[in-house]
Formats: sequence, structure tokens, C-alpha cells
Amino acid sequence: MTGRRSFFVLSAMVFGFAFLYLPILSMIVYSFNASRLVTVWDSAHSPTLAWYVELFHNDQVLDAARLSFRIAAVNATGAVILGTLAAFALERYTRFRGRTLFGLLTTAPMVLPEVITGLSLLLLFVALDQAVGWPSGRDATTITIAHMTFSLAYVVVVVQSRLATVDRSLEEAAMDLGARPWKVFFVITLPLIAPAIASGWVLAFILSWDDIVITSFVSGPGSTTLPQLVFSKVRLGVSPDINALATILVLIVSVGVAILGVYMMRRDRRRARDAQAAFAVIP
Amino acid sequence: MSSSPAERAPAPAATAPYVRIDRLTKRFGEFVAVNQVSLEIPRGEIFCLLGGSGCGKTTLLRMLAGFEVPSEGAIYIDGVDVTQVPPYERPVNMMFQSYALFPHMTVAQNVAFGLRQDSVPRAEIEARVTEMLALVQLAGYEKRKPHQLSGGQRQRVALARALVKRPKLLLLDEPLGALDKKLREQTQFELVNLQEKLGVTFVIVTHDQEEAMTLAARIGVMRAGQILQVGTPTEIYEFPNSRFVADFIGSVNMTEGRLVDDAPDHVRIDCPQLGGTVYVDHGVSSPPDAQVSVAIRPEKFQLSRDRPPQQDNLLSGVVTGIAYLGDVTRYLVRLPTGFVLKVTAPNVFRHEERLAHDETVWIHWHASAAVVVTR
Amino acid sequence: MNSVAGTGLARAVGRLRGSGRSAIGRWFVIAVPYFWLALFFLVPFLIVLKIAFSNIQLSMPPVEPIVTWAGDKVFQLRLHFSNFTFVFGDDLYRAAFLNSLQVAGISTLFALLIGYPMAYGIARAPGTWRNILFLLVVLPFFTSFLLRVYAWMGLLGRNGPINGVLLKLGIVAEPLQLLQTDFAVYLGMVYSYLPFMVLPLYTAIEKLDLTLLEAAADLGCRPTKAFFKITLPLTKEGVFAGCLLVFIPAVGEYVIPALLGGPDTLMIGRVVWDEFFGNRDWPVASALAIVLLVILAGFVLLLQKVQAREKEAA
Repeated sequence: MTGRRSFFVLSAMVFGFAFLYLPILSMIVYSFNASRLVTVWDSAHSPTLAWYVELFHNDQVLDAARLSFRIAAVNATGAVILGTLAAFALERYTRFRGRTLFGLLTTAPMVLPEVITGLSLLLLFVALDQAVGWPSGRDATTITIAHMTFSLAYVVVVVQSRLATVDRSLEEAAMDLGARPWKVFFVITLPLIAPAIASGWVLAFILSWDDIVITSFVSGPGSTTLPQLVFSKVRLGVSPDINALATILVLIVSVGVAILGVYMMRRDRRRARDAQAAFAVIP
Repeated sequence: MSSSPAERAPAPAATAPYVRIDRLTKRFGEFVAVNQVSLEIPRGEIFCLLGGSGCGKTTLLRMLAGFEVPSEGAIYIDGVDVTQVPPYERPVNMMFQSYALFPHMTVAQNVAFGLRQDSVPRAEIEARVTEMLALVQLAGYEKRKPHQLSGGQRQRVALARALVKRPKLLLLDEPLGALDKKLREQTQFELVNLQEKLGVTFVIVTHDQEEAMTLAARIGVMRAGQILQVGTPTEIYEFPNSRFVADFIGSVNMTEGRLVDDAPDHVRIDCPQLGGTVYVDHGVSSPPDAQVSVAIRPEKFQLSRDRPPQQDNLLSGVVTGIAYLGDVTRYLVRLPTGFVLKVTAPNVFRHEERLAHDETVWIHWHASAAVVVTR
Repeated sequence: MNSVAGTGLARAVGRLRGSGRSAIGRWFVIAVPYFWLALFFLVPFLIVLKIAFSNIQLSMPPVEPIVTWAGDKVFQLRLHFSNFTFVFGDDLYRAAFLNSLQVAGISTLFALLIGYPMAYGIARAPGTWRNILFLLVVLPFFTSFLLRVYAWMGLLGRNGPINGVLLKLGIVAEPLQLLQTDFAVYLGMVYSYLPFMVLPLYTAIEKLDLTLLEAAADLGCRPTKAFFKITLPLTKEGVFAGCLLVFIPAVGEYVIPALLGGPDTLMIGRVVWDEFFGNRDWPVASALAIVLLVILAGFVLLLQKVQAREKEAA
């Protein structure tokens, strides 16, 4: 690699990461700003934790956060169950009637614009309400169903790609040793795809926690999620307590990702060491 | 499981076979993977299915294990029809080519897995696992995970796991395929010793003829879903029943010829490619003037600088290629007809004036050396 | 004869018993997610289609049924194409579609131009750094999309830091109107979707066999040329995937134009939203959704065809 080229790549990376992180950093900085005008730095009273205090006394925000968390957790669990089943069906049963349509249905929610998904789900709920009297009105349940439907697709992708790398002879070996198909799934397959299921769960949680468009279509007056609350606030302009909220969320995610990163690096190192140890004993 | 010497010996033909495969066929759509295969294996035998990729040997093995349901035919083990029995209820265990060790379980948990499925009491599981690991010389490795083992150790864990349930039949899919050459030779003998000790019937699938020859009591050579020949390694090598078997096992010089002298105790075959006739000291059940194939193994030839006294089975040619392999030297000798013979000569003496390129040599072979096959 | 029939029967029973339980398991594994997706994804879609062909009416739901009971055992099926003729006839909608495609296309291009060198740098970074940089690309994805768009509202505002710097440096005399412009929308799009571009590119570049570049250099190819002749063609899959992942959601994007765009920033996602919530015109909103879907499906199919042809040629 020539010096000139690596300089170009390096500066592109610096620019790229600055582009990604400067807005986030600015939010963090301004969350400590005393001025109500957000972006005008009030050096006399800053830094301050006033907005954090206000945030934690805002019942509306706390309620919305609690609701969002509950929906996201239920959604992630449901999506992981359905998504794992779907991934298993797609990966292990190569031939069944309607497989093509099934494959399409599992991937389409990922590429579909959220406006369309939200619109169509709302129309379904209205039609169902008329036809069978359920769901009467829209609430956390309808939001959860909608979120599960689109986050399921992401779980399928993650789990299916992991499932494809699981050596099928492992499942056959378990069956050969006397384990029935269901037991094979729970004792062999499930532990092997557990990392993918875990990341699928996290992904589904985040997608739900973050969703605004689909939620807006299928939510009722009594159910306001955190993104909905934030959206209605920021539509009117910048607001200092939102900066504080953003900072808290960024902090949580960063800590999570950092832990994950350290864990991954440790695991890689341990694996390398184990492999070395194994081959050192060969006579 | 008792293993008195009488039981270990291959059962005489009169007693019922231990494993009986009856006209087994497996189709995948249009493709016939296994075609009307019938086979009988006595108790305690090491039987080897040998063939190239796609010959149907793996499909046959998977039907024995229960992973594939036969399209037609039946499998009997110890007199019981197991054709429709799912793998988890068959008295059959398998050692997989990839070993298929469960990566999230320790060595002991891997070996104990099969016993746990049968709800064997905990104390007995522990005892049998310990015993089995000692047998494969892995005592002390109980707590390790598969990725902390070398290739040879993994292979032994896989073997222990498959044997610990005391199956009536053990299936081995390319058991030595993943090991390097040195380790293979050592493991081959260990495997045979273990089998003799336990008396379990083995069915091995391999594409490697050396593996088949060293391990098996009998070999079945497969091609295109059918078994072409079943026999001991010697029978398969020295008395192949077809061109394919002769060609597949070992190295061979194959040529076409016509029966010119057909007597009950000898035949003479005119081989234009060799530029002469081949004399064979036994009769051939073919009509006179029949087209036959003649196969002669490279090591059956004797090379000499001077003309030997014999009249029959004598040719002369020019050395065109030499490969010194240490134990033997391989030569290519071009006959006046242009046909090139492969010849292998043992290096008996350390100081020997070896044949050189472009040297003219005489080639002679014994009247029993040539194999005549009609298909 | 009898015994043959007997064993045949026994075997058939055995087969049923042997596979019976696993057949139920298999049925369960397929049917549960299938049913869910059919009910909550396929059926809603058909309803959208149905409503796109009906008339608006003042009721809840505000649509006229397309199938009505006309008495005398006759069902009446009335399909209204008026929504579609309306959608295609109106300049506003056409402009919204074209503008969405333009914004998405240009944003995708910029995301590619920024994302490719980034992905390249990460893929070629030494081991530990590579993991860290990779996580740094993923991290923004895990932080709220909404809040990241919101961050730009602060930065681009009249009193925001960008205007502050420009004023201080004397580049501008008056604060610029940055927010509520098309520029802000482009910026927000590239910013929000950049990780989606980098990740598939990274995967593709990391897979690339470095000895190929060494071979190219050995044969006298200069690095810049080697990039265009070797690296870029071999990572085309990643480029396709990245562009698709950015372009598709960008076309239907609602939040970014709503927060960063001005009142005259026409994007189709926003128009559908406004028709639905603002005008309560469900049939027109549905018709717009159908047209948008057809356009996107067309793009995906086109790209697939191009990829298939590439593969065939290779």
C-alpha cells in the first residue's frame, strides 16, 4: 500500500467517523447547557444537571419509557420465537408447499417502507375490529403485534445465517445416539444458535424501542411510546431535556456495546489459545 | 456384551447373517442413488463399502443409520426388520466423517450423551464413560471441550461416543479421512484392535482403498448405486471380477485382447496393443474368439537387461520414465507398439546399478499374473 | 402373496408411526410463523389493495365497500380506478415520487462515496482496531434513529454551532438557513443510513483475498489501477447490497423530511402520512402506497436481474 493511498483512506475514515459521532457528541455536550435556547451556550450557569433532574421528574417521559421498554421486550421475545421457527423451516425443510411465498413474507418486511407497513397493519386492525370485534381500539397490544411482524424478519436473517453454519451431522449424531427430534432441537441446535438468537433478540428490541412510523399508525390515544413522545416534542423544535434523554440512551448503548466488544475480543483470544494448546500436544 | 472367540470369528455361511440388506433402493427424484443392493454381513465382521464419490456408498450407510428411508427393499439387523425404525430407536450408532462432536459439551458429556437418552442411571453412565475413555486412551480428558483436542483425539472421542451404547452395528463414515498420513497408519491398527476387543460389527464407508484394505475383513466395491464385487482384500485385488474393480483398486495395466487358444487349463490371448500374446495358466469361461480385457499389476512384472530364458509372456521396450520412491521404483516402459506399461520394481539392494532413461529392457511375467475379465 | 401384502401393510403403518410425530413437529414449525405472517403481513396488504380500489366516504372506516350485497343473490363488485388516475394525474404526487427517488438516489451515492473508503479502512485495519472500528460503525445504529436525526436539528439551527463557526470565521455575515432545507434532508439521509452502507461493504472487502492484489502488483499494476481493476469489481456484491439497503428505506422515509425538511420538501412517505392522518383519505393513501411498492419492487427486480446477468457472464 502506498503512503498516498493509506493517507487518503485514513483521512476518509477520520472524516467518516467524525461525521457519525460529532452530532451525537454535540447532543451530549448541550445536555449540560443551562440555557433553554439549547444551542446557545450559557457559560455562566453551565455545566448543569438541571435537565437530567427535570427528565427524571417528568412522569410523561417515564411512563412512555416504561411502555416502550415493555413493548420492546415482549416484541423481542415473540419475534425471536417466531423468527427462530421460521428460520428453522426455511433452512431445514427445503421442500414444502408455499415455501417461496413463505420466504418472500419473511424478507419483505425488511425492505418495505415503514409507511406502507404501518398503513396496512392499521387497515387490518380496523377491518378485524369490524369483522370480529377485536382489537377494539388500538393500544400496546396492536403496537406489539406490528413490531413483531417487522422485527421477525430481522431475526430470521440473523438466525438463519447462523443455522446454515451449524453442521447438520451434529443433529444427526444426536438423533443417532437416541435423541428424538424435539430433544435434538433443544439440546443441540438451540445451544449452538443461541448467540444468534441473543443478537436477534437485541436487534428486535432496538427496532421496537426505536420505531416511530409504524407505531404512529397502530397506536391508540392511551398508548404513547417514548419515540412518539420525543417526536411530538422535537417537531416543535429543539428541547434541552431531549438532549439529556439522548445522552442517557447513548450512554447505555455504549456501555452495552463496549461490554460486548471486550467479551468478543476475550473470546477470540481464548479460542486462539485453546487451538494452540490442542495442537501443541500432538506427538 | 460377550465376546468369546467363537463369536468373534466370522459366522459360517449356514447361520443367519447378522445384518441383511435386501434389494435396497433409494431414489432422489429421478436419480437412483442406490440400486437394488443386497448384502449380508456376519456378526463381528469389519465390512467396508469402497467407491468413488457419488457411487451411493454414503446413501447406503445413511439408510443403515436411519437418516434416509429406503424407496424399496428392507434392512434386517439381528433378524429384526429396522427399515422404518427412526435413527433414535435403532440399535445402530455412527461415527461421522466430521466426527460431529457437540462443541458446547465436554468430552465426558459427549460420550455420555447417548446413554442419557436411554435414561441409564447416573452412576452407570459415569462408570461406562470412564471405561470407554480409558479404552480409547483418553482418560483424564473428560473436562475438555472438543476445540481443545487434536484431530486424533477428536476421532477417538467420536469413536468412544459411538461405541459406549454397545450398538449392534457401528457405522463409520470415512473414519480416518480427516487425519494426516502418519496418524492414519497408527489409528488404523488401533481401530482394528478395538473392534476385536469389543466384537461389534463394523460397516465402514471410504473412498480410500488403502484404508479399506487395512481395515476390512471384506470389501464391497460400489459404483453407480450397485455393488460390483464383494470379497476379501486379497480377492478384490488379485481376482477382480470386472474392468472397473481391477482399475479402481491399485494401479493396473489394462489392455484389450481376443481369445485365440481356449483350453480348460490355459488360455492364450492375442493383445495387439502389447504386440504379442498373453499366456494364462487357467481356463476362462468365455467363448473362443471372445473380446476380453487383460489386467496386469505393475508389480507382477520382472525387469531385466538381459533376455530371460522364457518364451511366453515376454516383451521388450524402452524406459521412458523413472520415479524413485525409496521402497520401490516406478518405471514407464514403451513397447514397440507405442503402448506404455507401468512397471514397479522393489529396491532390494542399496548398491544397484539402476535402469536408466532410454535403456532397452526385457519384461516378463508369470503365467498366473494376468487377470482376464470379460466385463 | 398374502405375506407380501402383510409386510407391505406393516411397513406402511410403521412409516406412519415413525414419521408421524416428526411430521406434526414439522407442520408446527412451518405453520406457526406462516400463519402469523399471512395474517399480519399478507392480509393487510390485500386490504390496502382493496381500499385503493374503493371510494372515500364519511364513516369509520372512511371507505366505501367494494363488494356490496345488491339483493337477489347478487354481489356487486365495484372497483374504482379513480384513486389511481387521481394519483397519476396530480402534479403534486408525481413531484413527490420523483423527488423521493432523487433524494434517495443522491443520498445513496454520497453514502457510497463516504462509506467505501471507511469500509476499506476498517477491513484493512490491524486485528484489534478492526473490531473496535467495526463496533463504532454499529453503535450509532443501536442508538435511537430519531435522536440522531434530532441531533442535526441542533447543529443546523440558526443559533447552532455550524452557523456559529461560520459567523466567527467571517464566512457569512448572517446566519444561514440550514434547517428545513433540502440540504438538511440529504445530510440527514446520508448520516442516518451510512452504517447500512458500510456494513455490507466491510463484509465484502474483508472477504477479498489480499494475494490477488499482490499478484496484480507483481504483474506490474499500480495500486490505484489495481483498486479499480481488482478490488472494486470483486466487491461489487457489497456495493449492490449497501446501495439497496440505503436506497429502499430512503425512498419511503418519513422522519427525516418531517424533521429536517421544509414545508415544501415533498417526499412520498410524508405525503402518504399526510393523506392518511391529515386528509383522512384512506383510498388515496392506499393507492399511493401501492404505487410506491410497485416502484420499489421494480428497482429490486431490476437490480436482481443485473446481478444475475453479471453472474451469468462470469
